[in-house]
Amino acid sequence: MKSGMQVFCHIKPGDWLTMCIGCVVVVSLALKLWNGELADKVVIKSRGKLFLEVPLSRNQRIEVPGYMGISLVAIENRRVRIASDPGPRQYCVRQGWLKQAGEIALCLPNQVSVELVGSHKRYDSLNY
Amino acid sequence: MRMEKSGLRIADRAENPCHSTMPDPQSSILLRTTAEDHHIARMAAVALGLAIIEGAIPSPLPGVKPGLANIVTLIVLSRHGWRVAAWVSLLRVLAGSLLFGNFLAPGFFLSLSGTLLSLLALGLAMHLPGRWFGPVSQSIIAAFAHISGQMMVVYLWLIPQAGIAYLIPVFAAAALVFGTVNGAIAASFMEEREMREFKV
Repeated sequence: MKSGMQVFCHIKPGDWLTMCIGCVVVVSLALKLWNGELADKVVIKSRGKLFLEVPLSRNQRIEVPGYMGISLVAIENRRVRIASDPGPRQYCVRQGWLKQAGEIALCLPNQVSVELVGSHKRYDSLNY
Repeated sequence: MRMEKSGLRIADRAENPCHSTMPDPQSSILLRTTAEDHHIARMAAVALGLAIIEGAIPSPLPGVKPGLANIVTLIVLSRHGWRVAAWVSLLRVLAGSLLFGNFLAPGFFLSLSGTLLSLLALGLAMHLPGRWFGPVSQSIIAAFAHISGQMMVVYLWLIPQAGIAYLIPVFAAAALVFGTVNGAIAASFMEEREMREFKV
């Protein structure tokens, strides 16, 4: 058996480069994937009541009836957004895509909310 | 070398199907084997042995394994080229799954997807300039390709949830460490010995 030091003699200059690139890949993966909780499913509420819970894995469009009319919720590539809403100011539509657990889009006039949740919730409750 | 003899049946490939061998009265299937076939079978048997030894090593996380059998693939790749290396590692996956009893089970497809992707990566990595890049680079690249192939199967087929993504950095770190170690072992082995010294 060769000693550990001798084994390292066979590593060529380019191999060190490959190792460094590998380290960069590992670190960036860790930063990207361990930064914030990944979302698993969408909780859609309408007029204060739970309307639907759906997993993020399937792309689909859901029509949610609210106080004023129908809000359209779109799930695409593990993201969710309100695609259209009858509300006057369109805040929830302009909020765009939600990606991480805990993100929430509220369409107050229509009383529809869309929330992303992970395997466990980060907040027990929201207080005013 | 019992392994080799039983491995022959699996490894036999009809290089020349028209070869006029007299049919054996005992066996209606007689394939002509070349010295290369024997060599492939022998190398696959060595890889299989390493895979079995490795199976006895407890792992902190299912799926994190040193991949010692890839040392054989690396050595075969540098000495006999990509085609032989592909034969050796695919035979190892197939025969290994039969031995471990997970042929066509999820574990088999995990190994297969990982092996296919790392073979593809090795096919590209072997063209890196040899003056600067050795088996260590090839091994690291192959290890990352292996884990990517496995993750694809896991994500697309087995566990389509976000949760598995948490483990990817762990798998990637293991790929880096074990890829480096395997590559270094293969490099030092190749400088030291000739293939004829393989004792099984």
